[in-house]
Amino acid sequence: MNYEPNEKGYWGEYGGCFVPETLVAPLDELTTAYFTYRDNAEFRDEFNDLLTNYVGRPSPLYFAKRLTEQLGGARIYLKREDLNHTGAHKINNCIGQILLARRMGKRRIIAETGAGQHGVATATVCALFGLECVIYMGTEDMRRQEVNVFRMRLLGAEVRGVDSGSRTLKDAINEALRDWVTNVADTYYLLGSALGPHPYPLMVRDFQSIIGREAHEQILEKEGRLPDLLIACVGGGSNAIGLFHEFLNDNVRMIGVEAGGRGNSLGEHAARFISDGDVGVLQGTKSYLLQDENGQIAATHSVSAGLDYASIGPEHANLHDMKRVEYVSANDDEALAAFKTLSETEGIIPALESSHAVAHAIKIAPELSCDSLMIVNLSGRGDKDINTVIEASV
Amino acid sequence: MSRIRESLSKGNGFIPFVTAGDPDLETSLSICLKLAELGADVIELGIPFSDPMADGPTIQRSSQRALENGVTLSDVLKLAAEFRKRSDVPLVLFSYFNPILRYGIDEFARNASDSGIDGLLLTDVIEDEAARISAELSKHEIDLISLVAPTTTDERLSTICGNARGFIYAVSRAGVTGAQNETSSSAKELVERVRKFTDLPVAVGFGISTADQVAETWKYADAAVVGSAIVNVIERSTKGQEVADVESFVRHLLPSVANDGLGI
Repeated sequence: MNYEPNEKGYWGEYGGCFVPETLVAPLDELTTAYFTYRDNAEFRDEFNDLLTNYVGRPSPLYFAKRLTEQLGGARIYLKREDLNHTGAHKINNCIGQILLARRMGKRRIIAETGAGQHGVATATVCALFGLECVIYMGTEDMRRQEVNVFRMRLLGAEVRGVDSGSRTLKDAINEALRDWVTNVADTYYLLGSALGPHPYPLMVRDFQSIIGREAHEQILEKEGRLPDLLIACVGGGSNAIGLFHEFLNDNVRMIGVEAGGRGNSLGEHAARFISDGDVGVLQGTKSYLLQDENGQIAATHSVSAGLDYASIGPEHANLHDMKRVEYVSANDDEALAAFKTLSETEGIIPALESSHAVAHAIKIAPELSCDSLMIVNLSGRGDKDINTVIEASV
Repeated sequence: MSRIRESLSKGNGFIPFVTAGDPDLETSLSICLKLAELGADVIELGIPFSDPMADGPTIQRSSQRALENGVTLSDVLKLAAEFRKRSDVPLVLFSYFNPILRYGIDEFARNASDSGIDGLLLTDVIEDEAARISAELSKHEIDLISLVAPTTTDERLSTICGNARGFIYAVSRAGVTGAQNETSSSAKELVERVRKFTDLPVAVGFGISTADQVAETWKYADAAVVGSAIVNVIERSTKGQEVADVESFVRHLLPSVANDGLGI
């Protein structure tokens, strides 16, 4: 089966490039640069060298013995992206894109961030290469991810609060796009998820697919066979597609876990596949979209800022329609409970985003046989979420 | 020849923009009728959208006000139909793609045509998608207006102009919508490049807010689009004064109107 997009960046009917005319030329420039360097040996060497020596890859594939025993079902492995430098999978993509930006001669880097993990990773690679860095972040997210705001500033980035709309990830992307359209000549937009106009969904997936390539190798080494099941949380979808991509042609079941928030009505969650067939265009791409009957983008809610987004990466939309990946949701309470469970059983504090994946693993592991193998993508660490968890438990 | 093209082919064209439903639908209608009376050659009516990524703060706020008033695409079509009963000035809807997509392109084309809409401008649709939508709209004699920007290559200009209808909207500078005191020199260069590929009228927009800028634009383009500056006037106006304030602003903007009226 072919899981690649066509040359216009469409997976089936999803994806494409829906942008103001001003951005067409810089996106073309980016596409050309990406395809020039994608298979360039010197580029790959530099990318891999930084992943090894700066990020600390490969990240371990850890057998969660106590969690497995407690649940009494499938053997649970955790892909430890939380152990990467900066504490999440986001850095993989940032390393790739910053190397590209440098080759394109761009000196000014802008990015959006939700939970702040992508913002921190972007600020980090900008510090590493001495580039100017501006991060857009919704003021609601700045409030709940205060620690990451401080980290970004410490790394020399300028964090610009975005006060429009729901003051979350979506609004930060709007503002980053406005910046880009105004400063196209010298600015590189380092988008953080498998979202947005072509070539971002493809490029981000490629840079993140290191997660799945390593996991593939590691599970074969440890268990001598492929896993039965992969689980990852899905906001925009970069950690999920990063894990899934390598396994798409294998006989492996995959589950993406969306944010179920605090209810099923529109505005209370960020589960884009809840209302089947609701497709639209937002921020450069065509995909499933939470919207009202007039095509206005709906507000979303999730306890985790990184999953709090109205749309989903186009490749996921296609994998959903193909029924290659199952999409479920975990709500705020389940994620908070999983956050606590993993902390107590394994001594690993997961990000609230990753806690959604853990929550689903906890839900289904007992139903699976003891010899089945499951890999959960632990996309980030939860230190940043301590305040949110304290607030939620009061 | 389309009504839009005809209306703009005499030069020195004036294309005002207002967000439909800001401050309310009734006032928007009165403002549009006043703009028609003051000599607008085409009126652009903005469809409010929750995530206007190509707009600066002024139009973002006006879009937000209209949405808070519950304004929908259907309401805007009704407003257009009312306008059409009382004026012949061509109307172009200015929208992001999602509200139109959600409404259904085919149904939109039919209903918009019935409401007397002459054109549609989509801020975030390009190439193949644009060609498909344009084909659908043209069945109902609605022009899909094409945008070009200073970053648009000659190769793209050639394709875009080849498929264009009505007029070409030349974006004066890289950036979002919003009033500025100077029009960048990139606008003139862009219009000159566009002329190599089409005989359609060319309008320049983004950042035009003063009489001097309009006069300057008319030297090389067929029409000037004035958006955020008018929306600003509406925003600052006291309730009930919007139409009078817009009139006074436009009279300052277009000196010829101040003296003897234009197109009346």
